[in-house]
Amino acid sequence: MDDLVIARSLFGTTMAFHIIFATLGVGIPLMVLFAELLYQKTKDRDYAVMANRWTKGLAVLLGVAIPSGTIAGVQLSLLWPGFMEVIGRVMSLPFQIEIYAFFVEALFMSIYVYAADRISAWMRILSVTLVAIGASASAILITNVHAFEGTPAGFRIENGEIVDVDPWAAFFNPSFFVVAGHVVVSAFMTGAFVIASIAAYKMLREKNNQRVYQFHRKALMLGLTVGGIFSILTALNGHESAQLLHEYQPEKLAAAEGLFETQSHAPLAIGGYTDRETQSVKWAIEIPWALSFLAGNSFDTVVRGLNDFPEEWWPPLFVHTLFNAMVGIGSLLILLSGMGFIWNKIMKRNTFPRPLMWSFIAAGPLSILAIEFGWIFACTGRQPWVIYRMMKTADAVTQTGNLAILFILFTIVYVILGISVVLVLRYYFNRHPVMNELDSHSNDNSSNFAQ
Amino acid sequence: MTNELIAITVLWGFIFIYAVMATMDFGAGFWSMVYMNREKTKATNIANRYLSPTWEVTNVFIVAIVVALFSFFPGATFLLGTVLLIPGSIILLLLAIRSAFLVFAHIAKEYKKALTYISGISGLIIPALLISVLPITHGGFIETVDGVARLRMDKLFTSPHEYAFIGFAISSTLFLSSLLLADYSNVANELEAYQIYRRDALVLGPISLLMALFIMLTMQNEATWLYEQMMNYLPWIIGSIAMFFVAGIALFLPSAKQTTVKGRPRLAVVAIVVQYFLASYAYGKAHLPYMIYPDVTIQSGFTHPNTFRALFTSYIVGFVILFPGFVYFWRLFMKDKRYLQQNDPS
Ligand code: HDD
Ligand code: HEM
Ligand code: HEM
Repeated sequence: MDDLVIARSLFGTTMAFHIIFATLGVGIPLMVLFAELLYQKTKDRDYAVMANRWTKGLAVLLGVAIPSGTIAGVQLSLLWPGFMEVIGRVMSLPFQIEIYAFFVEALFMSIYVYAADRISAWMRILSVTLVAIGASASAILITNVHAFEGTPAGFRIENGEIVDVDPWAAFFNPSFFVVAGHVVVSAFMTGAFVIASIAAYKMLREKNNQRVYQFHRKALMLGLTVGGIFSILTALNGHESAQLLHEYQPEKLAAAEGLFETQSHAPLAIGGYTDRETQSVKWAIEIPWALSFLAGNSFDTVVRGLNDFPEEWWPPLFVHTLFNAMVGIGSLLILLSGMGFIWNKIMKRNTFPRPLMWSFIAAGPLSILAIEFGWIFACTGRQPWVIYRMMKTADAVTQTGNLAILFILFTIVYVILGISVVLVLRYYFNRHPVMNELDSHSNDNSSNFAQ
Repeated sequence: MTNELIAITVLWGFIFIYAVMATMDFGAGFWSMVYMNREKTKATNIANRYLSPTWEVTNVFIVAIVVALFSFFPGATFLLGTVLLIPGSIILLLLAIRSAFLVFAHIAKEYKKALTYISGISGLIIPALLISVLPITHGGFIETVDGVARLRMDKLFTSPHEYAFIGFAISSTLFLSSLLLADYSNVANELEAYQIYRRDALVLGPISLLMALFIMLTMQNEATWLYEQMMNYLPWIIGSIAMFFVAGIALFLPSAKQTTVKGRPRLAVVAIVVQYFLASYAYGKAHLPYMIYPDVTIQSGFTHPNTFRALFTSYIVGFVILFPGFVYFWRLFMKDKRYLQQNDPS
């Protein structure tokens, strides 16, 4: 493998690892906030216990999110010095502002965790709100750099020199709001579904203990409600992201849909795989005219196909599968929360049938998969560019060499961290079953719950 | 001040804050390992109580340094990023292991021992590697072949200058952290822990001063340009050494609130921070205009002026927004007796 390929694999692996913890770091604080607010509203101690336990889990996850993010941030400069030189001159604002967001999150996370018993309930809610804001802001800002890579703005390159720099124009590049919005709502959705998964799993395990069962039931309902709402927002916003691609990165949309010929009334190909030889998507279900409608809200929208572009500009064609998987999971999860809603609120059944419970359990892992697919699609679908039509990935990569050994070392460390985080979480929650907290709190009415 | 000078001052400020916070952070991790088995003394508890809420905040500073570096000096980033790939990656790997296992050690009480060893030892190696960036910027370790810059690791790790820095990093990490923990235990009224940390500080202080002198000695041969420039700042260096002795004396003064123990640790901490401030000011000022000798100066690597202006505005706004948060944080964890004197830190 040449160094470019290894560098891409290394950075991709780092990001794929970081994103799991980062997404939960954005999504779970929102759930903690909802639990705290519900506790204040209903005075039901179960919600306080939820907030406490989710925060414990979150603290462990952040123990991996922060170092892996630090790796990501430094690796950008180490692996892509050419790219970061441009970013430094043009697009460093989001990174800079992100530092403030990190500070907000780090300060108030520590306050929320280690000072919970010394501050008032409202100060606690303010702290966790600031944690949620800090985490979402850092997601928005870092995604903005990614948005800039797809729709660069605010500078020109003239004879190799960077000129006409306008950092705010770069900051408010055309796809900023839509793409950042997509990342945040999908993270909220993922946090909620992960909570729902765990709750559903525990309900199946603890059927005979009514007290614990009811506790997890409340968590499940909260998770499904929040997850359902944000999955709808994710899909609506994802649709806008796709229209943005149509406008600004047509070859990426063409690769995502496996479209080779430019046409109006373009069909939407669902599933299958893109075949370069026959220039078609094999084994796909085709919905006539649908792609044109999705891309431009009308059937005679002309969608540009890959043949309009030189072949060396084509993204890898397998992104079609990644894109389908992401959209498929998104649609499935909307359906799933809809079914939960109908079953519970309209048919007024108190328990869910087993298959539905198992689907709920799958919801969390599926959302995380959708995040992974979405990102690999977004980053790989940008190839061969690191900054669209401005800089090739090959021109940004480090010249140092010796990357293979680093790739191996980092992968080993991610595996170690990944395994240990699971073990530590299991260890902690096995040692501290929720039953104990429910008991101790039924005869303790003080507000010092987070000890 | 020129834009370049403002930018390098901000960067230097971050590095200074990080250096102080990180030495305390890494040192505290090490001490919590060393005193783990002494159940009675609470020395480990004290270290953990300091560490738990602060490591996350400290970590943000390392990110802030990297971001300030590539946003203000993209030209320098290109060279540094290229030559630091290997050492930088090793630091990252260790940092990841350490931070994660520090957190795990708090949650999984039964594995505490193993986990604390991992985070304690890696916490000592990291400062040693981090400081290696300094001798690299002094010149002589980067060579350019076919237009590609390369770090001569063989030269670096056979150079006494490098080892002087490593020795200094380790000893001052332990020195600064023991001093801070002495102060922290004093505030928390943990007298036994206080005496342990005071003793450690008294042993380690002279060692780190010796190491600093050793650096000057090797610098004379290996980075003569820097040595000669530093001699222009001799008053700062003398002032720095004077503050060291102030700190030493402070540890022997009668205590302000106790009769059984000696020393005014708060005064000593302040004096030592001033000492490091003076010394690193002299070092930093002498280093200018070079960021990496002799290839990159602060002028040659500087960012676009428009970007600088936007960044500078964001610094001011960010500072105004964050300042109250820092004050609140400080009051909750460094001053509040209810936190300092509790029995178990988790
Ligand atoms: C729970 C996760 C999740 C779900 C269910 C969806 N997405 Fe998504 N999607 C992401 C998570 C995500 C992401 C991981 O957050 C990405 C990667 C890069 C980005 O900006 O967001 C993304 C990127 C992304 C892009 C590429 C943006 C770019 O390259 O700049 C498009 C066009 C869509 N999405 C469209 C959709 C549509 C039409 C969905 C219909 C349901 C959908 N996504 C569901
Ligand atoms: C967090 C989720 C992310 C994942 C899973 C992810 C995944 C990937 C993958 C798989 C690659 C390799 C692409 C290839 O060579 O085919 C890559 C490259 C890259 N990504 Fe992302 N990425 C993520 C987020 C980001 C963000 C937010 C940014 C913006 C700062 C970014 C910037 C880059 C850059 C600069 C490269 C290297 C150059 C390139 O290959 O284009 N990534 N990423
Ligand atoms: C869109 C994908 C991403 C999301 C949603 C995300 C989100 C997060 C979150 C929630 C944290 C924990 C913050 C804290 O507690 O302080 C974090 C940490 C971090 N992330 Fe990411 N991140 C993403 C991609 C990236 C990328 C591409 C980089 C680097 C270029 C990066 C750099 C960092 C750094 C440096 C940290 C550690 C901050 C600290 O020291 O506290 N992230 N990220």
